[in-house]
Amino acid sequence: MTILKTALFDSHIAAGAKTGPFAGYDMPLYYKEGVLKEHEWVRTSAGLFDVSHMGQIYLEGPGVVPFLEKITPSNFVKSGHGVAKYTVLTNDNGGIVDDLIITRINDTKFFSVINAGCKEKDIAWMTNHLTNDVKLTRLDDRALIALQGPKAEQALREVFKIDTSHLGYMRLMFVDDLIISRLGYTGEDGFEISVPANKVAALWDKLLANPLVKPIGLAARDSLRLEMGYPLYGHDINDQTTPLEADLGWVMGKGNEGFIGAGNVLGKTLIRKRVGVKLTDKGIAREGADIRNDKNEVIGALTSGGHSPTLKVSIGMGYVDAAYTAPGTNIFVTVRGNNIAAEIAPLPFIPARTKSSKKAAA
Amino acid sequence: MSDNLKYTQEHEWLKIEDGNVAVLGITPYAQDALGDLVFVELPELGRKLTKGEHFAVVESVKTAAEVYTPVAGEVVAINDNLSGDPELIKKSLEEGWIAKIKLSDPTELEGLMDRAAYDKFTASLD
Repeated sequence: MTILKTALFDSHIAAGAKTGPFAGYDMPLYYKEGVLKEHEWVRTSAGLFDVSHMGQIYLEGPGVVPFLEKITPSNFVKSGHGVAKYTVLTNDNGGIVDDLIITRINDTKFFSVINAGCKEKDIAWMTNHLTNDVKLTRLDDRALIALQGPKAEQALREVFKIDTSHLGYMRLMFVDDLIISRLGYTGEDGFEISVPANKVAALWDKLLANPLVKPIGLAARDSLRLEMGYPLYGHDINDQTTPLEADLGWVMGKGNEGFIGAGNVLGKTLIRKRVGVKLTDKGIAREGADIRNDKNEVIGALTSGGHSPTLKVSIGMGYVDAAYTAPGTNIFVTVRGNNIAAEIAPLPFIPARTKSSKKAAA
Repeated sequence: MSDNLKYTQEHEWLKIEDGNVAVLGITPYAQDALGDLVFVELPELGRKLTKGEHFAVVESVKTAAEVYTPVAGEVVAINDNLSGDPELIKKSLEEGWIAKIKLSDPTELEGLMDRAAYDKFTASLD
């Protein structure tokens, strides 16, 4: 298999990135300062991520809203122009094909960003379910970067004279050939910026020339999203987990009972649920570790886990039997044969600092 | 380069004290491969180790690396400072050692690499 590279690969190497394979791409894992410093930088200033490996598509046509309400359990009929939604694609069993962002551009056109590792699967899935009044367009000639952190708005203003003060959380705006969405995967204020691939290197370099901005690799992206309890597809959610089991019931739109797999999701009694796990004793909890009750019975397993640079303890996520989902429940995580004391923790582990979704200046 | 340390293919360094105690840590090559360190699991004092046994775990953000002893012996000291600050491992031999092992059989040291051999070994890995 050919290893793919994004349009920014040479920039990453020049910046001293250690790279590794992710979803078929050779991607920056961390740069010179290391993942802990990068994590901290995003929480205090502005970090720049290359997420060009993700898929970008347009879905448009007179039938696009019914189509979206078929492939996702969300409501789109009332969503306003420029409003982004986080949702999931479901399969016939009610399992999750992918999680994604879908943003309304106008009455009949939506922009969507899908996971890198699911790109071809999602596009095939959507294409198979397309009605003849909806068209899917791949935006393979566009790159995607994320600028995340409390200084992201200031950096965009200083570097490009782009004023986003009026742009609320989960809102999109067009600036020339850029598509700027105020959202991300870190829990901080920030933006994902879609840009023609042939212009991304210049954009990247200009942003990095600002002292507020440093490049951030995928390793810190993982620890940042873990602290926020955001699921990672293929780990915390997959084609076997339903939106309700995944604790993503909030994406489900009231009255949408016609989405694919609805009969296997709606009204089902949950036997397991995704929860946060925080170690109360020393150690590092990682994906795959058993979760046990105080009788040493296995009640679940971790689907993500690691060190929280903000909390300085180990945190994770996993699925446990429904009887053990209450925050504060004492549990154990088995690491190399030893049971380490832990508890069920509410998600997110630290409060999100995203901007209000109400427009600052209406 | 030369120094008076011994090295293993698992990227540990050993410094011999008093002829029969090995101070053990992990090399810059291993440190670099691991990245930022977040936890060190230390052995219990007095634990008897057989040659090749893993006795400590160094955890970075991304992975957990087991540390093996190339020599049999008893754990006679552990570096407790690593519990509070795992990144000390990278600072120096004096601050970054993991454990001291009293050798059961000092002749086991003879098979280990010196600095020149270890440098040649790591060069062959890149």
